[in-house]
Amino acid sequence: MNWINAIVQGVFLGGLYALFACGLSLMFGVMRIINLAHGDLAVIGAFGVWVVATQAHLSPFIALLPVLPVMLLLGYLLHRTVLARSLRSGPLTPLLTTFGVSIVIQNALLQIFSPDVHSLGSLTGSISTSSWRVTSELSVPYLGVLILAVAVLLLGSLQFTLQYTGFGREMRATAQDPEAAALVGVPASSVYARATAIAVATAALAGAFLAIHSTFDPSSGPTQLIFAFEAVVIGGLGSLWGTLLGGIVLGIAQTIGATVDPQYSILTGHLVFLVILASPRGRFVANRSAAA
Amino acid sequence: MSGLLQVDNLVAGHGLLQAVREVSLSVTEGEVLALVGANGAGKSTLLRTISGAHPAARGIIRLDGLDITDLPPHRRVARGLVLVPEGRKLFPEMTVEENLLVAGRRARPGQWNVDAVLNAFPMLKPLRRKRAANLSGGEQQATSIGRALMTNPRVLLIDEVSLGLAPVAVDAVYESLQTLTRNGATLVIVEQDLQRALSVANRVVCMLEGRIVLESATAAVTREQVTEAYFGLARINNSSANPNQALLKRK
Repeated sequence: MNWINAIVQGVFLGGLYALFACGLSLMFGVMRIINLAHGDLAVIGAFGVWVVATQAHLSPFIALLPVLPVMLLLGYLLHRTVLARSLRSGPLTPLLTTFGVSIVIQNALLQIFSPDVHSLGSLTGSISTSSWRVTSELSVPYLGVLILAVAVLLLGSLQFTLQYTGFGREMRATAQDPEAAALVGVPASSVYARATAIAVATAALAGAFLAIHSTFDPSSGPTQLIFAFEAVVIGGLGSLWGTLLGGIVLGIAQTIGATVDPQYSILTGHLVFLVILASPRGRFVANRSAAA
Repeated sequence: MSGLLQVDNLVAGHGLLQAVREVSLSVTEGEVLALVGANGAGKSTLLRTISGAHPAARGIIRLDGLDITDLPPHRRVARGLVLVPEGRKLFPEMTVEENLLVAGRRARPGQWNVDAVLNAFPMLKPLRRKRAANLSGGEQQATSIGRALMTNPRVLLIDEVSLGLAPVAVDAVYESLQTLTRNGATLVIVEQDLQRALSVANRVVCMLEGRIVLESATAAVTREQVTEAYFGLARINNSSANPNQALLKRK
């Protein structure tokens, strides 16, 4: 029964990782940019929700509503001012640029908010602590179900957008061949900027759920980035449903590791990631060329 | 006289190599212009520069009198100038229909939509939901031309219409082009097959080493004259600027 519980909790944890990973996956899929500031952008989102929720005495779920459009705008501006220029100077430059952005964000947050650890869990009331008790050893947390549902909904609507809308087709076309897309009238820079805006907003959403689920501080970003990155690679780069699966595999690996011994939790996740990277599927992932 | 598309003293190069040297060209509305010339004569670079895919070093490109030399490619498409690039360049993971729809999303108002394109290229009808990567060369070329038409262009540039296509596919593609020209489309085509080029075009322009060496109405020119210009044979006798001259004489 212990193992079943570990797997169930792992699935819910995986929902959170998938939420983190989908923006990373989107940016890599469309622009071949690995955004090393993704985790820190999520933390900005978490602080944004925390500020709104504490200042206006709102539930974090309501505080998210004004924060998301601000993060969309931030993502749009991030691309227009920084990433678009980096992209013009080769595939390695965006990696270095986002690394720099990551450091800037972490230190700025440290200046503004101090290194104190925060959590939104206490502001959400009973939802972050209650659960359905299935048996004495298996319980299903409300928050886990909520996060997983949001992740499935988000990935599903992103997938739907990519597949069936005009904007989604433009994103796919630009991802496959930016020059050909420009030659039929699709402005790559504007498609890229909107993709970044969506990715940053999803990061903020993930950051807010992390803050409700556990705790965060200005230096939480890189850890979340690593989990998100592992989820993306396990699920296959650029595939959104794969990202959900990757997040869940990582979540289950961590909770099973924790069942054996709490200190093995993170390590087991990394090991599963490495095993998949070393498998034939991993070689396929590693060999994918970046062309943009 | 100024045409719908007007190119003045255009220079474009790849690094130190000047691929297009001081080319001036005018295309009037409803005209079909064939651009011929040997490999490396600068035809593709000229078309790519006109469409904005390649930067112009000097010179001016005008569309309907407006200077478009510094516009990015997608803005030129919005003004009605579109290129069917060499090698088709379809979006491989998307279906034929999706390839068309991408181009149609920001299209100028006009007659072309998915159904109109499928009617103009009947061979695409059964392939609507097939991935572009799985099409034959001829089907890809038809899709690529159809995709360009979806933007409702005023001038359509087609690079290497028949390169790499089976003869049957070439016939089918040209049949569709005939339908376009009957409806008064303005076309600039690059074609290696001289016979084809002369049969479909009103006017032929021959390039050699980045320059225009022959420009004539197709009715007023013989195949032999074009061939002579194509290989630069006329210049061997009266030009000293040709670097190949000494080489050819030695042979």
